Amino acid sequence: MPRSIPVLVLAVVLLLVGCGSTATPAPSAAGPSAEKSLILATTTSTQDSGLLDELLPAFTRDSGWQVKTLAVGSGQAIELGRRGEADVLLVHSPAAEQAFVAEGTAGQRRLVMHNDFVLVGPANDPAGVRDLDGVGVFGKIAAAQALFVSRGDDSGTNAREKDLWKKAGITPEGSWYQATGQGMGATLRVASEKAGYTLSDRATYLAQRDTLALDVLSEGDPGLLNVYHVIEMTTKAGERVQPDGARAFADWITAPPAQQRIGAFGQAEFGQALFTPDAGKDEAGLGT
Amino acid sequence: MLRDGLLEAVRLLLTGDQDTWSITALTLRVSLTATAVALLLGVPLGTALALGRFPGRRVLHAAANTGMGLPPVVVGLFVTVLLWRSGPLGAFGLLYTPTAMVVAQAVIATPIVAALTAAALQQVDPDFLLQMRALGATRTRALWALLAEARLPLIAAGLAGFGAVVSEVGAAQMVGGNIQGETRVLTTAAVLATGRGQFALAIAFGLVLLTIAFAVNLFVTLAQQRERASTSARSSSA
Repeated sequence: MPRSIPVLVLAVVLLLVGCGSTATPAPSAAGPSAEKSLILATTTSTQDSGLLDELLPAFTRDSGWQVKTLAVGSGQAIELGRRGEADVLLVHSPAAEQAFVAEGTAGQRRLVMHNDFVLVGPANDPAGVRDLDGVGVFGKIAAAQALFVSRGDDSGTNAREKDLWKKAGITPEGSWYQATGQGMGATLRVASEKAGYTLSDRATYLAQRDTLALDVLSEGDPGLLNVYHVIEMTTKAGERVQPDGARAFADWITAPPAQQRIGAFGQAEFGQALFTPDAGKDEAGLGT
Repeated sequence: MLRDGLLEAVRLLLTGDQDTWSITALTLRVSLTATAVALLLGVPLGTALALGRFPGRRVLHAAANTGMGLPPVVVGLFVTVLLWRSGPLGAFGLLYTPTAMVVAQAVIATPIVAALTAAALQQVDPDFLLQMRALGATRTRALWALLAEARLPLIAAGLAGFGAVVSEVGAAQMVGGNIQGETRVLTTAAVLATGRGQFALAIAFGLVLLTIAFAVNLFVTLAQQRERASTSARSSSA
């Protein structure tokens, strides 16, 4: 039956390619990397700014732990922790974090670093918010019905934004208020293309400034402080959580060498640090 | 921007950029494996749908046809929930591994292969099997001959499955997690590069993706057409 031979050959080749290649990584998967691999759930800002690319290889070298990073919003990161799907969290949504730690499945929560949120918008500033303080900005944008692009994804940035609207006594709704449901990088892009305002962490904005038609219009308000904590998960969240990996990561990122890396990150490329290392500091004294 | 992307793609490929090559290799590995699994499952299933006589066949056939449009995000979500540490298959620790991506992509491609296989076999003259049996072929041999007869559309079914999975991003992102050096494939890398504002890089990944998809299709199509040419030559000389 010579006619069927090419089909057979094709199937065999496909199988060989498939099996051969799945078989190759198996030894490494069973080797050191699979033995010690932890899941870090963190925010899009730490990935989109490039900070993790700087930190994680050093952590793996120092500790032997491979890190699987899930860059999601802080809300989803906390949810992954709650379900025991992640071993350690690096997040920036303090109110949600405190409520989460109070539930009792998380272990230690430690201060890692901060930067700040900036309000960015088109250079011609249609709502006239340049240099106003955090709350005043939001009142003006709402009054002018100027386009505001929200993350809308329960991330730490989104939580802060909603908090600021609330403080300004405004329920943002209407066609001028649009939610992307995407990460910080993508949301900045939408705001830039549509000439709208948005709230961004400084690190992501600086990392992408060159490709955006957005200026920083308001900054420096104490209400715009953006604080990152590392939260270790425990087996109370799920039996497959690896508390030793969580502890190793949290200890490492709050220790002087990693803190130094955080402080230096971005200085070469952007002329300023994107994050300020804060391990061991008192949170109440930040930003003063 | 497009020109930058094109140049960047050429540069990445020519300079043998380590990351790009490992991302490309993983993309091929995951999607080809998933296609192979889909062929293994989909061809018998499609054959049963086309020729079998069992209750519920039409409903199943309709389901396979519907499955050709399975949204990758939905498949990704279901596979994620199954593979969660706290999920029913959590003990295997498969979530955020290439294996999980193969599983999800195989789920996406299998209905495509099955439905197109069924369509291909139903195209063959219904008397074909009867004639083969009348000529004394065993049931298995007759079935083989039928599959051989329909081999060109079957190859097309495999290519359609491959095309669907190599280009999808929803399931790859959700079950793979887009982890650098481990589960980052061309589509998820392109999304990440876009999120980071690195458009030339994102376009470059897109072009690499198109190139490998084209290479795979070219290889199979050439084999398919050569086969076609040789059989027609054979039948005209007969």
